[in-house]
Amino acid sequence: MERTTLDLWVGIFVVAGIAALVMLAMKVGNLSTYNVSETYQVHAYFTNIGGLKPKASIKSAGVLVGRVTGITLDTQRYEAKVTMSLDKRYQFPKDTFANILTSGLLGEQYIGLMPGGDEEMLKDGEQLKKTQSAVVLEDLIGKFLYNKAAEPAK
Amino acid sequence: MPIAKSFRAIGHRSVNAVWRIGLATRFFLLTLRYSGNGFRRFHLIIKELFSTGVMSLIIIVVAGLFVGMVLGLQGYETLKRYGSESALGVMVALGLVRELGPVVAALLFASRAGSAMTAEIGLMKATEQISAMEMMAVNPIARIVAPRFWAGVISMPLLAALFSAVGVFGGYFVGVVQIGVDEGSFWSQMQAAVDFREDILNGVIKSFVFGTAVTVIALFEGYDAPPTAEGVSGATTRTVVTSSLAILMLDFVLTAMMFGGK
Repeated sequence: MERTTLDLWVGIFVVAGIAALVMLAMKVGNLSTYNVSETYQVHAYFTNIGGLKPKASIKSAGVLVGRVTGITLDTQRYEAKVTMSLDKRYQFPKDTFANILTSGLLGEQYIGLMPGGDEEMLKDGEQLKKTQSAVVLEDLIGKFLYNKAAEPAK
Repeated sequence: MPIAKSFRAIGHRSVNAVWRIGLATRFFLLTLRYSGNGFRRFHLIIKELFSTGVMSLIIIVVAGLFVGMVLGLQGYETLKRYGSESALGVMVALGLVRELGPVVAALLFASRAGSAMTAEIGLMKATEQISAMEMMAVNPIARIVAPRFWAGVISMPLLAALFSAVGVFGGYFVGVVQIGVDEGSFWSQMQAAVDFREDILNGVIKSFVFGTAVTVIALFEGYDAPPTAEGVSGATTRTVVTSSLAILMLDFVLTAMMFGGK
């Protein structure tokens, strides 16, 4: 087949378009952050998860160590069951404390892990026993108003 | 009776519009049916890819850059009020990938490439080239329409992706380089918020649908144009108006299907 400059231009166009798609997928989207390293699964029960969403980050001492993979309501206990996959490089003691925290005043919620002092480490499929639920703003305001009302008038 | 006359005119216009929609659908199905021939002569598609895709590159890249820069500037002004300038990357990327990339690229494509397609085919009809082809037992839909259709359908998602990618860099340039938003949080928050399947693939699907709609409208208007100078100019105008409205309406429907109700 004859090669023409037209083919070259069309080639440049197609390559540029595909490069843009790949760039969007890798640099803008989160395709490159999936499964970069081996993970292990743990789960925890929370009485209230607030605005926590799947794929929220899990941090320990501010370092990203994993992601929330699933959130379901356990109808046996009527608590939220949060499954998370943690990076295999980071091992945590059995009595690690899981908090739901908020980044910034209006930022998104994430799980913070506070390592305990247990000798044994968490294994795949195990449960984080100690949890603290999200702070729900309405509850906080409700409590505040209730306390105010209970105070004797001065 | 002027009232009866105007009622009759409305009825006539409505029936005519429905008629044209039916005709356009049949035209679209015929194009799909005769596409097999078009793929066998792939050089025809390459030639059309050049005139629709490559020739639209400059307008898409320049427009994308400036749209991204405006998004960066406006986004910064708004987000600053809530003290969350670091979310600028999220705003720029989601705005471009979900909406502005596919929609603005399709609008530009309709006015840059769609109008040219209509004028070209309308002129071919006016100079009786299409009738001549039929005389030579060459199917004009397979020879002229199908390659242009596929060229439009292929190039639209690529153009939209380019628009979004360039736009993100425009937003980066204004937000990070000029204003001084933290570079790390610009990219990392963007990556945390933009999902490949949810946002980027849906954007690609959108631009694919828009590309199909624009090229079908442009080709049909050209093929259906009255073979006069006036007819071709009217058809070209109608292409731009109809396809722009179709893009915006389809965008609402697709957005409601993809992101709404969740």
